[in-house]
Amino acid sequence: MASRPRTLYEKIWDSHVVERRADGTCLVYIDRHLVHEVTSPQAFEGLRIARRRVRRPELTLAVPDHNLPTTARLAPDGTELPIADPESAAQLAALARNTAEFGIAYIPATAAAQGIVHVVGPEQGFSLPGTTIVCGDSHTAAHGGIGALAFGIGTSEVEHVLATQTLLLAPSKTMEVRVEGALGPGITPKDLILHIVGRIGTAGGTGHVIEYRGRVFEEMSVEGRLTVCNMSIEAGARAGLVAPDDRVFAWLKGRPMAPSGADWDAALEWWRTLATDPGATFDRTVTIDAAGVEPTVTWGTSPEDVAPIGGTVPSPESFGDPAKQAAARKSLAYMGLEPGTALTDVAVENVFIGSCTNSRIEDLRAAAAVLEGRTKAPGVKWAIAVPGSGLVKRQAEAEGLDRIFTAAGFEWREPGCSACLAMNPDKVPPGERCASTSNRNFVGRQGPGARTHLMSPAMAAAAAVTGRLTDVRELLREPA
Amino acid sequence: MEPVSTIEGRAIPLGLANIDTDVIIPAHWLKTITREGLGRGAFETLRAEPGNVFAAPEFAGAPILIAGDNFGCGSSREHAAWALADLGIAAVIAPSFGDIFAGNAFKNGILAVALPRQAVDRLLEVARDHPITVDLDSQTVTTPFQDRFAFEVDPFRKHCLANGLDEIGLTLASEAAIETYENSRAEHMRWLGPARGGAA
Repeated sequence: MASRPRTLYEKIWDSHVVERRADGTCLVYIDRHLVHEVTSPQAFEGLRIARRRVRRPELTLAVPDHNLPTTARLAPDGTELPIADPESAAQLAALARNTAEFGIAYIPATAAAQGIVHVVGPEQGFSLPGTTIVCGDSHTAAHGGIGALAFGIGTSEVEHVLATQTLLLAPSKTMEVRVEGALGPGITPKDLILHIVGRIGTAGGTGHVIEYRGRVFEEMSVEGRLTVCNMSIEAGARAGLVAPDDRVFAWLKGRPMAPSGADWDAALEWWRTLATDPGATFDRTVTIDAAGVEPTVTWGTSPEDVAPIGGTVPSPESFGDPAKQAAARKSLAYMGLEPGTALTDVAVENVFIGSCTNSRIEDLRAAAAVLEGRTKAPGVKWAIAVPGSGLVKRQAEAEGLDRIFTAAGFEWREPGCSACLAMNPDKVPPGERCASTSNRNFVGRQGPGARTHLMSPAMAAAAAVTGRLTDVRELLREPA
Repeated sequence: MEPVSTIEGRAIPLGLANIDTDVIIPAHWLKTITREGLGRGAFETLRAEPGNVFAAPEFAGAPILIAGDNFGCGSSREHAAWALADLGIAAVIAPSFGDIFAGNAFKNGILAVALPRQAVDRLLEVARDHPITVDLDSQTVTTPFQDRFAFEVDPFRKHCLANGLDEIGLTLASEAAIETYENSRAEHMRWLGPARGGAA
């Protein structure tokens, strides 16, 4: 079919339109729906009240992650340990009950496949290129790393997808984030996405779907792409995409829920047509020079509050916009930071390595590479490493990474969302700082009064070793 | 959903930019399995601050909230909209909104009214001592001082809000189109069908 050149986003969108309305909104088919315990109970309740069924139960996969404690789940005799918090226990039980009632596949907390929903989807081959993927969680954007149009939805939309396998959506605008050149040694995908969020701003991508383009992404691992796309929502964009390529296809092939045989070949043939056509245009383009990306950390309470590790805490007066000045003053008061302080002078008491942004095997390897032969600083009271899934955990243990973490003074935990969002027992105490590989440094995000500094797994490991924000490249240069 | 028409009354002049949904409703309130009662957790951190605007008696039960840029950014939690509804908020006015929050608000009958920053600044000033009016039908926000600010609202959303329509019911009216689409996919893209094999 001869047609005008289209972007990757437009190709996926066009192939999923069920019905186009006069005002331009479209009824869009949803290929894959991921469900967790927090944003689904009210959706199932809604179905029950309206006496509606789940239209295509086989296209939904459920796994508990947000509430689940990350401590041992089985007693020595193999029986499942109870969950202490009665509200969490009730919510987790509701997920098991609801999925059984409506015939939806459910991965229980004790299964090896259990994990954070955005780690599990790609890992199982449930998430596939060119598909539409939704979940009641804003970090669903992560699945764009394998070339899927994936975005977070609210609970009413969860109910809508369960009942109709569609959503009524207005087409998004497109934004190209073009990264020119190559990242320097020791610079990771997390540093890059923090830098990008700082550049675009936390509302800059609102109404847009971002496509990340350039050689950096072509050469980036699948795990790295998932990290980058994950934080698209931190720039306001509901979805982020990287064009699927041979690296993604090789990564997905043979995964339990991925197509196989002739189906795989047919899928592959279509996936190869998805990349943005030459000559296709974007509504907006942002160009980033990769060489300018340093190891990056946040200093404030918005993910756009980023600075290179060699920098200082900014002065609120340095921002032109009076609203931003006021926000920065409030942020610094909450964070307990003085303008002009060198970031490398900021001490941390807690270190969290995990979350849907950075809990995949490559993340654990990067942190372990820094920690090997080293131990956490005396000032670091609490350091935890939380694999993104039971399968990531198993792989890490096969590689001996767990022993490196524990020898360094880290606790080695069971998979879950953990200290990313203060919904389970893993919390940062009030007034204390955390070097965290998660995605949000919002007020109270890791616990009431907790002060979050976002960074890469390698940078968080470096902070654990020195007890302060640290340029990991210094540790990588010198032997342990 | 109850039909929405005119919302008139005091407006809480919050005014901060980038109010994220963690601020609107912290995660520890999300362990509920119903929609009710979340107003108690709304803006928990802000309400703990001495002299905060929510504590002022004149804003008790106010149906309108005025905020800064990018209200409702962050997490997709619809609990944020449920918490606002439980507080009695029927309209939020801000220069801009997080996309997911704006959708969630609409689905719960809360009007998310985007106005230029200058207009929002003026409303913040008026709201300190006077009521304001948000009218869906005429798509305007007015004050007792003849201020009149027009806002945009998606025609489909307006239709749903004004008539209190159930969006799932509306979509199910297109069931034949969904089925045709599914049949075509099953024929040409068989691999998209049921994800076979179990989780390992």
